[in-house]
Amino acid sequence: MANSGFPIPIGSVLALAAILFCIGLFGVLTKRNLIMVLVSMELMLNAANINLVAFSRIQSKPNLSGQVFSLFTITIAAAEIAVGLALLLAFFRLRQSSEVKDLDSHRW
Amino acid sequence: MSGPLIAFYVIALCVLSCAVLLLSARRVIHMALSVGGVFIGCAALYLLLDAEFVGVAQILIYAGAITILILFAIMLTNHEAQEPPFRWNVRNVLSALGCLLLCAVILLSIRRTAWPVPDASVDINGGNSNPVAIGMALFKQYAIPFELVSLLLIVALVGAVLLARSRKEDE
Repeated sequence: MANSGFPIPIGSVLALAAILFCIGLFGVLTKRNLIMVLVSMELMLNAANINLVAFSRIQSKPNLSGQVFSLFTITIAAAEIAVGLALLLAFFRLRQSSEVKDLDSHRW
Repeated sequence: MSGPLIAFYVIALCVLSCAVLLLSARRVIHMALSVGGVFIGCAALYLLLDAEFVGVAQILIYAGAITILILFAIMLTNHEAQEPPFRWNVRNVLSALGCLLLCAVILLSIRRTAWPVPDASVDINGGNSNPVAIGMALFKQYAIPFELVSLLLIVALVGAVLLARSRKEDE
C-alpha cells in the first residue's frame, strides 16, 4: 500500500468535496439570513479548493498548478466576502434587516 | 488501513458534521462558529495532501480573517436574529431534491471514471520545500496572474470601505 501510490484514494477526496458542495448549495437555496447565504457560498468555494489541491497531488503527473490556483481562489474568496459583507452593512443601515426576502425592491 | 487513510476519514467526518451543524444552526453566531470548524478541517485535509503552504494560508485567511470578519458583520447587524424553524414547503423540498440529484450525479460519475494511478515517485516540490516551490511557481510561471489578483484585491477592499461607510444623505 505504501509504495503503490498515494495512500488516500482520489475518489474519497472528490466525494467529500462533492458532498460539501451540495450542502453549501442547499444552504444558499434555503437560508433566510443574508450572512448564512454568504457563508454557505464559502462552503462551496472550499469544496472547489479541495478538488484543486487533490488534483494537484493525485494525478498521473503531479505538479504544483493546483495548489497555486487554490491560492488564487482563496484570495478571490476573501475579496468576495469583504464586498458581500460591506453590501450587507449598507443594506442593514437602510432597511434594519438582514433577511433575503427584504431584498426584492429596485429602489427605496 | 494505513495512518493517512484513517486520518482522512476522521477529518472528513469532522468536516461533514460541522457542515450539517451549520445547516441546522438557527442562531447566526452558532453558524459562524461551525463554519470555522469546516475551515480548519479543510486546512487539515490540505496538510494531509502534502500542500503545507495552502493549508497554513487556509488557516490564516479563512479560519482567521474571514471567520472574524463574519463575526464582526453579525455583531454590527442584528445578532439576535434567529432562523425560523425548518419547514418542508415547496421551495425547500425542491432545493433538497435538486441538491440530492446533483450530489448523486457527481458521486456516480466519480465512481464510474477510471482515475489515473498517481505516480508517488514524482516530487511535486522539485527538491525544495513546499513554500519555496510555490514561491518559484508564483513569481516565475504565474507572475502576471499574481499581479492581477493583487490589483483585484485592492479594488475589492477599497470598494468594501466605500460601500460600508455611512453616507451623509442617509442621516
